[in-house]
Amino acid sequence: MTERTPAGSSAVVAVAPPPADEQDRVERQAAEAAAHAQARRPAWQRAGEIRNLGLFLVLAVLFVVGLLTKGHTFVDSANLLTILRSASVIGVVTVGMTFVIIGGGIDLSVGALVALASVWATTVATQSYGTAGVIFTALGVGAVAGLVNGLLIAYGRLVPFIATLAMLASARGLAERISNKRTQIVRDEGIRAIANTDPLGIPLLVIILLVVAALAWFVLNRTTFGRRTFAIGGNAEAARLAGIDVRRHIALLYVVSGLCCGIAAIMIASRTTTGSSTHGNLYELDAIAAVIIGGTLLAGGRGTLIGSLLGVLIFTTITNLFVLNNLQTEVQNIAKGVIIVAAVLLQRRAREAGT
Amino acid sequence: MTDSSDHPTSAQSAGLGRRRFLLGGAAVGGGVLLAGCTSNAAEPAAAATSAPAAGASSAAAPAAGTPVTIGFSAPAADHGWVAAISKNAADQAAKYPDVTLNAVEATNDLNQQIASVETLINQKVDAIVMLPGEGKALTEVGRKAITAGIPVVNLDRIFDTPLAYRTYIGGDNYGLGVAAGDFIGARLKAAGVSNPVIGEIAGIDALPLTQQRSQGFKDALARYGFKVTARQAAQFTVESGQAVMANMLQAQSKLDAVWNHDDDQGIGVLAAIEQANRDEFFMVGGAGSANAMRDIKADNGVLKATVTYSPTMASSAISLARLLAQGRGMGDLAELEVPASLTLASATVTKDNVDRYLPLGFES
Repeated sequence: MTERTPAGSSAVVAVAPPPADEQDRVERQAAEAAAHAQARRPAWQRAGEIRNLGLFLVLAVLFVVGLLTKGHTFVDSANLLTILRSASVIGVVTVGMTFVIIGGGIDLSVGALVALASVWATTVATQSYGTAGVIFTALGVGAVAGLVNGLLIAYGRLVPFIATLAMLASARGLAERISNKRTQIVRDEGIRAIANTDPLGIPLLVIILLVVAALAWFVLNRTTFGRRTFAIGGNAEAARLAGIDVRRHIALLYVVSGLCCGIAAIMIASRTTTGSSTHGNLYELDAIAAVIIGGTLLAGGRGTLIGSLLGVLIFTTITNLFVLNNLQTEVQNIAKGVIIVAAVLLQRRAREAGT
Repeated sequence: MTDSSDHPTSAQSAGLGRRRFLLGGAAVGGGVLLAGCTSNAAEPAAAATSAPAAGASSAAAPAAGTPVTIGFSAPAADHGWVAAISKNAADQAAKYPDVTLNAVEATNDLNQQIASVETLINQKVDAIVMLPGEGKALTEVGRKAITAGIPVVNLDRIFDTPLAYRTYIGGDNYGLGVAAGDFIGARLKAAGVSNPVIGEIAGIDALPLTQQRSQGFKDALARYGFKVTARQAAQFTVESGQAVMANMLQAQSKLDAVWNHDDDQGIGVLAAIEQANRDEFFMVGGAGSANAMRDIKADNGVLKATVTYSPTMASSAISLARLLAQGRGMGDLAELEVPASLTLASATVTKDNVDRYLPLGFES
């Protein structure tokens, strides 16, 4: 009986518009309440670390397989950097996707946005503005398209699945229209250099991913914005009652995702030396799969960024192993499916063992 | 490469572009309607007056034919090659004053392509040129056209049965692989390389054409006693070409030769090679894009040759359809009729002959 009283009273406080100085405390409570509603017991962060243990195990198994089958070729630093380099582009997209999914949404348009941003940023006209023009255009296109997604979902009350599916179709269509369905060559030396620069022996592409991931981790785990994201994903209604501007926040989550797509577009334009409406094909599936394998709840409210990035690493390591061993395409597809299921099972077992 | 005027750079000009697109769509739609009306009305009269004259001489000059309407259907362009097919067909038709081209909207939806070919049949066009999205799936509608008395020119992706087309014209996928294998085999033999490391970057692996290309490559290399060391499939896109090649370069610390099936994905393959700073091998492309040919001409990278799978076949298909509709044969052949099947030869384009082929190369 006594335990119910504080919970009840805090709900009463939340219904009334909270005083400005109390806002932060109430949000904190709401976030925790949402986490409690979903998780078995507190400290979802610690549970997340245990979950990641399963992913580290999968990665370790893959590394052992690589060592046994290809030995030096696999552990060669050039090869490991190749794995990281191929993880970089989809990694940045996955960071944005993690925000959206933790916030209770989904973004199916990421692949199409990468294509659109890469095409718009590499037209002859855009390239005439130099490296800065290309970068600014890619980021701008990504952010604005993400904002359109966000406005449709938050204020237009469209289901995220439908709104971003619509964006997927029209963004790719617009990319084809702008590029005239041709592959646009990147002539700008500054952009081309991104994929060829290795400061301190680490590829710039990988550094970009690390910076984006570190920033995102900080925002998600150490700021109000991050706390609100978890709260809204856990229980949007409770978050609204706690005084969070849920709609504005949801719109911002899609802007974050769009911005990540813009960054990824610059990276892919440099890596392939082209902008093309075929870029980013099926990125939405790869990114969502990595986020889910990483232990983020598809329903939202719970998840870790590190898990998502480990999910990406698992995927790119698998692909690398396949090519190193010269496996046939159909064998690759079968093995990929089996490994995904194994990863999810292992991760669940590790989590259950932890609790 | 690509003309800047087509590329909107701000939201405003994109809006304009879209509006222009809509207007253009309306104009094309109107044109199709008009063509349908005029061909229905004018065709019987014209056919009645000039049919005997056309039938008499098979080697007549282009201008001297019965006015005919040719229906054209192809998949929507998601690749430079497919884009070139539609463009070549339109350009070729424009060369003939007696040909009206009725091109239905390009689509990658097989259902919609069937529907649009049915529209062409209903309009009673004089001949149909069709590049099916998938040969087997459009066989039935090809048969329907033949049954309705309309000659069908089946372009590249072959129907299930010859009953569905009057004439087939297409590329030689097996021959493409053979040409690439011969170039690589001969060059390595001449260089005296024994046990060469040969890489192959294929296109979409599930397609029969990819299997045929790889088979031809393998068979040709076998004649030199060589084998493919590493074979991986990409997706015909720049991005997939880059990703697969980046990994293959790690797998093979030293390569002697690489064949990449497709010049569009080849842009990505070349980017991966450049990023890995590798140049100990030579590479052969496939399909014959203008881009690849310019690289071969410049001769400043690993790309030394490409083997053609030329979209000019669409130009020839329009010419064939015109002859069929006018009831004529092919000029230099003895027969009075157009042959039932034509398979293009795959040419090997190198630095020595690139100038001849460059005008036929398609833009990526």
